[in-house]
Amino acid sequence: MINNMPDYIKMGWVLMVTGAVATALLAGTDQLTSTRIAEAKRQETLSMLAQVLPPGFDNEPDRDTVTLSDPRLNRKNTPVVFYRAARGDDYLGAAFVVTAPDGYSGEISIMIAVRTDGRLQSVQVVTHKETPGLGDKISDPAWLGRFAGQSLTSSRWAVKKDGGDFDQFAGATISPRAVVNAVKRGLGFFVENQQQVLARRGS
Amino acid sequence: MSDQAVSEQRKVFTDAFWVNNPIFAQMLGMCPTLAVTTNAINGVGMGLATVGVLVGSNVAIATIRNVIPAEVRIPAYVVVIAAFVTIIDLSMNAFVHDLHKVLGIFIPLIVVNCIILGRAEAFASKNTVLSSLVDGVASGLGFTLALVLLGSLREILGSGHWFGMDLFGSSYHPMLVFVLPPGAFLVLGLILAGVRWYEQQRKAVKQA
Repeated sequence: MINNMPDYIKMGWVLMVTGAVATALLAGTDQLTSTRIAEAKRQETLSMLAQVLPPGFDNEPDRDTVTLSDPRLNRKNTPVVFYRAARGDDYLGAAFVVTAPDGYSGEISIMIAVRTDGRLQSVQVVTHKETPGLGDKISDPAWLGRFAGQSLTSSRWAVKKDGGDFDQFAGATISPRAVVNAVKRGLGFFVENQQQVLARRGS
Repeated sequence: MSDQAVSEQRKVFTDAFWVNNPIFAQMLGMCPTLAVTTNAINGVGMGLATVGVLVGSNVAIATIRNVIPAEVRIPAYVVVIAAFVTIIDLSMNAFVHDLHKVLGIFIPLIVVNCIILGRAEAFASKNTVLSSLVDGVASGLGFTLALVLLGSLREILGSGHWFGMDLFGSSYHPMLVFVLPPGAFLVLGLILAGVRWYEQQRKAVKQA
């Protein structure tokens, strides 16, 4: 039958069948992989949270969240998810992502975890596009370790070049400056809004 | 299979793997080649993902080559290739999530890698399913070889590591330029020069 068709109809048919088969294959693959992809993403979030949050929590922080927005968290005022760690009935702290708009090449996303006493538990760089070998030292654990245990008043929140307490790197001041400022803003927001961040669900 | 058929497939393999190597000889697919090879493991991942797409698309296109009218073959091939790329993309995301995160946007970009359409048009559309399968595996492995070589050299020179292992200790000052984009061009140029030199030596030996 297909050989008796005029050429232009045959072409249309062939393309339609190719497209339909491809679509069916893709729908099948999506069915098979979507739950695994969601699970892999959740595990990724969980392992990141386990690294940053105060140890000893016994809840599921990725399921105990509040969402708030503030220009100090990111310039676009995009809502930010606060993952809350609790042991029993007491909250230990929360982790959330702050975005530094002023990296050397674009935005830097930083996950910070703050304890209820207003001190930082830890800081991790989630994504950045800083220069390899120069600005990308901001994700060096040794440098990020300097933030642990700091509160708003325990350090001068600037890089050394600007008269603060945090090291910059040889050849890269902009990236660490952006990180330090973003962490400071995030910490400031948490301390001011702790009631709201750690509000009981349903209360 | 008869001996003749085996030697025929072997010729298809060496031809696609070395003589017409996608990188060393045809210089196709430069974008992923230069962009992802900042370290060796990225080269392996990108190479194997490309093998997957290339084998799938070559076999599918060789199977349907007699049904597709010549006038619409390119759009049909593009649909087939795009479908395989998406399948590989979703599968990698589900089963090797960490590697998928590293290779990021480069996986969807396999769809515009000229090697895939090149092999579809130049080989799979004119040859049997078996030969196309062999050609897909060989071209893919040839591409992987080039990416791993390029990635290894850039990682060793540019960061002093190889597959993430520290090779020289802290006294080594890495030549940063090699992991930056210009380094990709420099190393690729040197590799190509090396391959040409090797080929010339081999020819000279044969003639002597």
